[in-house]
Amino acid sequence: MNDFNYHKAATIDEAVNVVNENPRAAYLAGGTNIIDLWKYNIISPELLMDVNQLGEGIIETSDGIRLSAFITNSATAWHPLIEERYPLLSKAILAGASAQIRNMATNGGNLLQRTRCYYFYDPNVPCNKREPGSGCSAKEGYNRIHAILGASEQCIAVFPSDMCVALAALGAVLNVSGSAGNRSISFNDFHRLPGDTPQLDNNLLHDEIITSIDLPSKGFATNYSYLKLRDRHSYAFALVSVATGLDLEDNIIKEARIALGGVAHKPWRVIAAEEYLVGKAPTAENFAIAAEIILQGAISFKYNAFKIELSKRAIVRNCLMALDPSSQLPGSQPSA
Amino acid sequence: MTQIGKAISRLEGWQKVTGSAKYAGDYNVPDLLYGYVVNSTITKGHIISIDTSDALALPGVIKVFTHQNRPGLAWFDIMYTDMDAPPGTVFKPLHDNEIKYNGQPVALIVAERFEIAREASALIKIKYEEMHFETRLDRNIEKGRNAKKGLATALKPPPPKPKGDFSLAYDESPFKVATEYRHSTEHHNPMELFATTTVYEGDGKLTIYDKTQGTINSQIYVANIFGLHFKDVRVLAPFVGGGFGSGLRPQYQLFFSVMAALELKRNVRVTLDRKQMYSFGHRPQVIQKLRFAAETNGKLTALSHLALSETSQFEDYAELVAEWSHKLYPANNTLFSYKLVPLDLYTPIDMRAPGGSTALHAIECTMDELAYQLKMDPLELRLKNYAEIDPSTDKPFTSKALKDCYLKAAEKFGWNERNPEPGSMTHGNKLIGYGMATGIWDAYQFPARVEIGVNAEGKLLVNNATTDIGTGTLTVMTQIAADQFGLSLDEVTFGYGDSKKPFSMFQGGSAMTASTGSAIVIAANVLKKKLLDKAKEITNSPLKDAELKDVMFTHGRMYLKNQVEVYVMLTDIVQANKGKTIKTTNLGAPHMFDLRKYSKMTHSAAFVEVEIDKDLKTITVTRAVTAVAAGKIINPKTATSQITGSMVWGISKALYEETILDENLGKYMNMNLGEYHIPVHADIKQLEVIFVEEKDELINELGVKGVGEIGLVAIPAAIANAIFHATGKRINNLPIHFDELL
Ligand SMILES: Cc1cc2nc3c(=O)[nH]c(=O)nc-3n(C[C@H](O)[C@H](O)[C@H](O)COP(=O)(O)OP(=O)(O)OC[C@H]3O[C@@H](n4cnc5c(N)ncnc54)[C@H](O)[C@@H]3O)c2cc1C
Repeated sequence: MNDFNYHKAATIDEAVNVVNENPRAAYLAGGTNIIDLWKYNIISPELLMDVNQLGEGIIETSDGIRLSAFITNSATAWHPLIEERYPLLSKAILAGASAQIRNMATNGGNLLQRTRCYYFYDPNVPCNKREPGSGCSAKEGYNRIHAILGASEQCIAVFPSDMCVALAALGAVLNVSGSAGNRSISFNDFHRLPGDTPQLDNNLLHDEIITSIDLPSKGFATNYSYLKLRDRHSYAFALVSVATGLDLEDNIIKEARIALGGVAHKPWRVIAAEEYLVGKAPTAENFAIAAEIILQGAISFKYNAFKIELSKRAIVRNCLMALDPSSQLPGSQPSA
Repeated sequence: MTQIGKAISRLEGWQKVTGSAKYAGDYNVPDLLYGYVVNSTITKGHIISIDTSDALALPGVIKVFTHQNRPGLAWFDIMYTDMDAPPGTVFKPLHDNEIKYNGQPVALIVAERFEIAREASALIKIKYEEMHFETRLDRNIEKGRNAKKGLATALKPPPPKPKGDFSLAYDESPFKVATEYRHSTEHHNPMELFATTTVYEGDGKLTIYDKTQGTINSQIYVANIFGLHFKDVRVLAPFVGGGFGSGLRPQYQLFFSVMAALELKRNVRVTLDRKQMYSFGHRPQVIQKLRFAAETNGKLTALSHLALSETSQFEDYAELVAEWSHKLYPANNTLFSYKLVPLDLYTPIDMRAPGGSTALHAIECTMDELAYQLKMDPLELRLKNYAEIDPSTDKPFTSKALKDCYLKAAEKFGWNERNPEPGSMTHGNKLIGYGMATGIWDAYQFPARVEIGVNAEGKLLVNNATTDIGTGTLTVMTQIAADQFGLSLDEVTFGYGDSKKPFSMFQGGSAMTASTGSAIVIAANVLKKKLLDKAKEITNSPLKDAELKDVMFTHGRMYLKNQVEVYVMLTDIVQANKGKTIKTTNLGAPHMFDLRKYSKMTHSAAFVEVEIDKDLKTITVTRAVTAVAAGKIINPKTATSQITGSMVWGISKALYEETILDENLGKYMNMNLGEYHIPVHADIKQLEVIFVEEKDELINELGVKGVGEIGLVAIPAAIANAIFHATGKRINNLPIHFDELL
C-alpha cells in the first residue's frame, strides 16, 4: 500500500475536476472494496477523493424514486419507501455481505465493486482482468465460483453484487456526471461482458462519478422474490442468485422480470424469457421453460457445471416464491 | 471440593471483552521497529537475485534481511528443532536461495512503521528460477511411503500390525463395504494473528511476547538458534487469541522478530497478516480407503483402514488416522496402514483433533453404510460391537462411559423417531435427515512442574509455564488449586504464560488440565506437609502431634479433621517462617507404570439433524446433540464452551471449510476469511452438550481427561450420515458442497 493524498469533495464538480486531472485518482466511498484491493496490491491510487458526504438521500420523483449513489446500502435497504415500493431491492441488498459491511458500503460503490475471482486478487498469478494479456488462471484453475454465461476466452469472472441483480430486474437507470457533462445509462448498458477487454467492468469513464440511481415507478412490490444460493447461509457471495418481479392479473402474468446473479460478468437478464411468460399462468412448468431460455448457451468449466442446473431450479423456485412473498426467509434462503 | 465442578465464568473474560487483554502484537514498547515479511511467489525453485534497492530507498525503511545478508546462525539442523518438530530437517528461514513452497518467507523488511514496511514489500524485486512441483496428493498416490521415525513418533506411533487374515475374512463375510474418503486442506485461522514483539534488553537478554501455545518451546527455539543462554530468553504469552494447533511450533515471525532485534539492537515486532496465516502449517489433505465386514448378526469380522496423507519434502508430519476403528470395535482380522506423500508444500501441523477427526469421519460413515446393508439401526450396530476392553491392545480402559453417551444423547435427540428409509422424512420443501456417529480421542497427559506457595497474606500462589489459549486454563487451574486448600477463587493467583515459570509442554492434545492440574494436586500435597511441619514449630502449636492425614484446610486454616475447632491460620504459619512465602516446586507426570496396563480414552456420541431443500439441496444442520465421557468435568461452563466450539468446527469441517489449492499454480487461493468459509451465526442452530458421569480413579490425581478435541471428532460423520438419510446420497469428500446433491 503506497502513500497517497486524500481530498474530501465539497461538490460533485470539484470531485470530478480533481479526479479528471489525475489518472491515478480514485473515488472513495465506503472503502469496503477499494481498500482491500489496495492492500492486496491490485491497485495503487495516488489520490483518494472522498465522496461520502455528497449524499442526498432518497427522493420521490415524478415517475419513481431517485436513490443517491452516496448513501449506504443499509440506509437504502431499510428506507420505508424502498421497503414498501421496492422490497425486491431491499431484500437483495440485505442478502449481501454482513451488516457491518452494508453499514459502510454505498450504492455507488456496490455498482463498481470488482469481481471476487481468486486469481484477480492475487497479483502474482496471470489474470487478464488485472493485467491484460497475462492470461486467465481461472479457466484451467479452480473455477467453482465462475461464469456460465457470457464469458470469453479472456475472462470467466463473475460480477458479485446482489443489489445489482435487483436493480437489473427493476430496470434502473444510472445518473452520471463527468468532465464532459452529465448522462444517464440504463442499467443493462452499464456493466460489460468481458470480451477482449476484461479489464473494463463497466462503461464508466475514469473521471465519471455515479450520482444517483433512478428506479422506475413499477416496483413489483406485490409479487417479488430474491433467492441467494451460496456456500454458507450468510456472508458469502452468491453462487447463483435470482431476482424475480411479477405483475399478475387474474392469475395471468402481465409482465415478468427475472435477473440472475453469480453467473456472468454482469447481472443476467434475457428479455425473450420474460416475454415468453407474458400471458401465461404462473406455473412451475412455465417458469421451467423460461429458465431453459435464460440458460441457453450456458457453458461450464471443470468445477462449475452445477451452476447450470442450479440456476434453472433456482429460477423456478424463486418465481414460485414471488407468488407468495411471505414464503421468503431471512437471508434470501429457499422457502421452507 | 467446592470450586471443582462449578460452572465458573472465565476469570479473564472481562479483560477480553473490554479490550484490555494484551496479545503478542499489542505491546507498544518504546522505540519499536516493525517488520513485514516478504513471501515467495513461486512454489519451487531458486532465487536468482533479490533487488532491495527501491525498498531501502523508501524513507523509514531501516533494513532488509534476505538469505544473502542474514546474520550467521546456528549451523546444525538440530538447533532449529522444537518440541513438536516431526522427524526430518526443520525449515530454516532465510537459510539459502532455495524455494521449497509457495509463500515461503524470503525477506524481512524492518521499518519505522508497519505501513512503511508493508509498502516496501511491494518494491522488492525477486527473480526466480522455477522448477516443476507437485502439490496434489491425489496425483502422487504412488509415492506413498512410511513415515520416518523420530521423537514425535512417541505420541504418534505407526498403526498396529495386522491381525488374523483380513483378506480371507473380508471375502468370506456376508456383509461388507468398501469406501473411499478425501479431505481437503484446512488452515487454523485463530482470531489473533501471528505476532512477536521482541524487547531488546541488552547484555544478550531478550523479553519476547510471542503468539504461541508453548512459551518454553519458543524459548528453547530462540536460545538454540541465536546461541543465547536459556535464562536470558524470556517468552511471555499471557493471552493467546486461539491456536488450534497452529501455535504448537514456533512460527517464522518469532525467528524474524528475534533476528532483527539482535542485529539492530532494537525492539522489533513482526506481525503476519491474514494471508500469511496460510504460509505455514495446515491440516493435510488425506485420502482414506476402508473395508469393513460383518456377520449377519452385525458383529464385525474384519477392519481395514488405509490412509494416505501429505507431508512436506523436509519433514515427516504424521497423524494417527488408521487405527481408530479398532480402538472402538472388536474384530479378529485387521489391516491398517498409514503412508505419507512428500509434496512441495509446507509441513502440516496438528489442527484441532488431528487425525482423529479425519479418521472418524471415514470410520463412522463406513459403519453407517454397513448398518444400511445389514438393515440394522446404526446405533444398534455400534452397541452390538461395543468394546468393554480396548480391542486394539486388549487392555481395559481406565474408564469408558461411551454406552451412556449413546443412550443419553439418543434419548435427548429423539433418535427413536427416525424412520430409517432414506428420504422418508420430510417437512414442506425440506428433506429431513438424522445421523449419528461415535467420537474417540486419546486422554493425553504431559509432565508438568508446578510451584505452589502460601504468602504472608495467606494467599495461594501457583505457577506453571502453560499458556491459556482461550480454553479456560486460568480459571480451571485456579479452581483446582483453590480446592486443595479450601480457598475461594480470589485467594488464589495462578501465574502462567511465561517461560520463566516451571516447566510445561505446549498446550495441545487436550492435555493441559490433566497435566498442569495433576501437578497442582501433587505439589499441593507437598506444600501441605511443609505447612504442617512449619505449623508444628509454632510455640504451643495445637497441631503439634498431628499427621498429614489428620489435617484439612479451609478458609485459610489448617485444622484437625476430627476437631474442627483445633486449627492454625495459614498466615500464622507463614509468620513462623519469618513472613517468607512457604513454597514447593514439584513434578507431576503421567502414571506411566500403572497405566501401561490400561487404555485411556475419551469418548463421545453425536446425533445430528439436517434439513435439505428438495430441489435446491441447500443443507442446514438444524440440531446436534453431543454426549461426552471425559472423566471429571472441572468447570461445566468452560467445558461446554469447548464442546460447542468444537461442534461448530465439526459442522465447519463437514460443510464449509477448505483451503483451495490451485493444481496448476501449487498455491492456496482463498487466503482470507471472506473466501475461506467457516460457519457464521446463520449456519449454527441448536447445539446441546451432555457430560455423562465417568468416574476415573486410575487416570490421574483428578480423574480428568480433557475436552478440547473430543467434541469435534464425531460431528462430520454424523452430518454426512444425516445427509445420506435425508437424500439417499453418500458424499464422501469433505467439505460436502450442497450442489453435489443436485
Ligand atoms: C467480505 C465481503 C463480503 C461481501 N459480500 C457481498 C455480498 O455477498 N454481496 C454483495 O453484493 N456485495 C458483497 N460485498 C461487497 C460490498 O457490497 C462492496 O464492497 C460495497 O458495496 C462497495 O461499496 P463501497 O461504498 O464500500 O465502495 P468503495 O470500496 O469505496 O469503492 C468501490 C469502487 O467504486 C468506486 N466508487 C465508489 N463510489 C463511486 C461513485 N459514486 N461514482 C464512481 N465511482 C465510485 C471507487 O472508486 C472504487 O473503485 C462484500 C464485501 C466484502 C469485503
